[in-house]
Amino acid sequence: MQRVSAKVLERVRQLMADGTVAKVVGWKKGEFFYDCAPSVFETVESLDDLVYDSFCASNLSKYMIKNSVLPEGQTGKVLVLLKPCDTYSFNQLLTEHRIQRDNVYILGVGCEGMVDIEKVKAQGVKGIIGASEKDGILTVETVYGNKDVAVRDVLVNKCETCKGKTHVIYDELISENEDEGPAGDRFEGVRALEAMTSEERFAFWKAELSKCIRCNACRNACPACSCRKCVFDNNASGIASKANTDSFEEKMFHIIRAFHVAGRCTDCGECTRVCPQGIPLHLFNRKYIKDINEFYGDYSAGETAGQRGPLINFTLNDVEPQIVSDREGN
Amino acid sequence: MKKIAFSQIDNLLAAIAATQKLYMPVETAGQYNYGEWTPGTTYNPDVLHTVKSAKSVFFPQSEDLIRFKRDGMNLSISPVAPEDEDFVVFGVHACDVKGFAVLDRVFLYDPVDAYYTSRRKHGTIFSVMCKAPEETCFCGAFGIDATEPGADVDSWIADDALVMRANTEKGEKLLESLGSLLTDCDDTAADQAKAETKEILGKLPLADLNTNGFGKDVDLLTLFNRPEWKELASGCLGCGTCTYVCPTCQCYDVRDYNTGKEIQRFRVWDSCMYSDFTMMAHGTNRPDHTQRFRQRFMHKLKYYPDRYEGVFGCVGCGRCLQKCPISMNIVKVMKKLGGEA
Repeated sequence: MQRVSAKVLERVRQLMADGTVAKVVGWKKGEFFYDCAPSVFETVESLDDLVYDSFCASNLSKYMIKNSVLPEGQTGKVLVLLKPCDTYSFNQLLTEHRIQRDNVYILGVGCEGMVDIEKVKAQGVKGIIGASEKDGILTVETVYGNKDVAVRDVLVNKCETCKGKTHVIYDELISENEDEGPAGDRFEGVRALEAMTSEERFAFWKAELSKCIRCNACRNACPACSCRKCVFDNNASGIASKANTDSFEEKMFHIIRAFHVAGRCTDCGECTRVCPQGIPLHLFNRKYIKDINEFYGDYSAGETAGQRGPLINFTLNDVEPQIVSDREGN
Repeated sequence: MKKIAFSQIDNLLAAIAATQKLYMPVETAGQYNYGEWTPGTTYNPDVLHTVKSAKSVFFPQSEDLIRFKRDGMNLSISPVAPEDEDFVVFGVHACDVKGFAVLDRVFLYDPVDAYYTSRRKHGTIFSVMCKAPEETCFCGAFGIDATEPGADVDSWIADDALVMRANTEKGEKLLESLGSLLTDCDDTAADQAKAETKEILGKLPLADLNTNGFGKDVDLLTLFNRPEWKELASGCLGCGTCTYVCPTCQCYDVRDYNTGKEIQRFRVWDSCMYSDFTMMAHGTNRPDHTQRFRQRFMHKLKYYPDRYEGVFGCVGCGRCLQKCPISMNIVKVMKKLGGEA
């Protein structure tokens, strides 16, 4: 499922056994084949449950905010497994001084794209009990019989327009010339929205956002949302809320959150991946990324640690607020 | 038993909606949640689980309780009356039906929750059997028979018909009101459908899951102090997804919202995963996330059974298995901490 899998597991074990690392942040084998969970491993024996396969979509960078703070007396570093796209989030967190870099051992792992089990199920596949992959075809075994699906059709949203196979930060790399991922146009969805009339666009977002249950999965999974205390959790803020209090808040919550991470969002896609109601939240972020690119020149948050983003870097050529009316509100 | 041709099911729903409010799984932007029937709404038998459970009909995510308004030196206080219109909830599966029983024990008895109680009194639950249960289903672990939900009306999808049986007075009244739309039939078709679903249930990967190691007979502190909680919670994001999609989570918070003209005091689902859950003046409510994570599972598997004659606070719908952003869930907890103990 991931050609580097066996090497990764072996190397992690070595690094822990020889004391280089004291802890590992990785993915733990699940109940089924597709539901591995991010987990912290603290002993060599516990690594028996470590996995790296096509269902390890979750981005582990954000876990390093907490886990790069070493408990008193711990000497070894904390190892984290990062896929190429995850490393952008890690760098961005370094830029924001949220991770203690010296305590982290980044094992960069090659990635051939991740599979979204929800997309498999959306093809009418139920009662899944096993799967095997060969030549780009995933044969899913279910209690209702077998079904073949093309891996290309069930990739996690972010993998449909792969960010590339380059790790922008690592201490050690295990990759095996993974094939370039699909090089689709990541702004295609944004362009489709821009092409709509404002009424159509409003109707689209109204339907999508009306599903929001304010579970905060998007916020909590988002590596750019790393405030120590979110204003929406702070009861003294006056706007702490556990549900959308009215339809205005329902529409604005996600737009405001996207603005808050604009210029810092690395387009890791966790928000959309984790949303239990399937709201395509990444479209907000991509709209802002596209605008930033158009106004300030191509910019990729997290490409290097310590970089100064266009939104916090004044230049005389900066776009004026007038642009909003010049673009007729778009 | 009564039946109607499956092709006529949307007519059946329209007939119910003609006399009272009807809630059923309704699609919005690709996702199904319980919502009000409107003309043109169709029933999709391929959807097993709504995202939010049917709980949301009786115990909505947020509802107003009282409104306060200041007018000069006067303060007016207007309580919001509980809803008292009859309604029907259609399409509920066995897990969600049994979920109501879990909520009932909490809300129907002293102190009685007027809002929930009124909705329960006025609501008629119309279940539909699980035709194609999924690998994430484990209602059997809690003694639930997916083929016998025990709602006001139970129904089974058999060949090209929906076969139904009223179990309560409310259910009988509903079926009577549908009159000539329904025809009489015997049990054969329903029995056949039940047997087919049972066969599938037996093949599901969680068919053998059991509750050993939990419930009222195990030692509370031993379970509470198990070292494994830390590792189980280590990946948890602390979001509220599991609690909000759960048919049995019942905790709520009461808050005030200033509209600028008045204060609306409303209650809203809370989540034990949140840092301010049950926050009090001392400020030391479960300050660590592992403690918050533990609370959720201890409540379902230990505190609730302790309080209610051994009945578990989980119905095995599997929504948390499907929706948790990091795929941590009650089954993993049960397998890790349970067993032969």
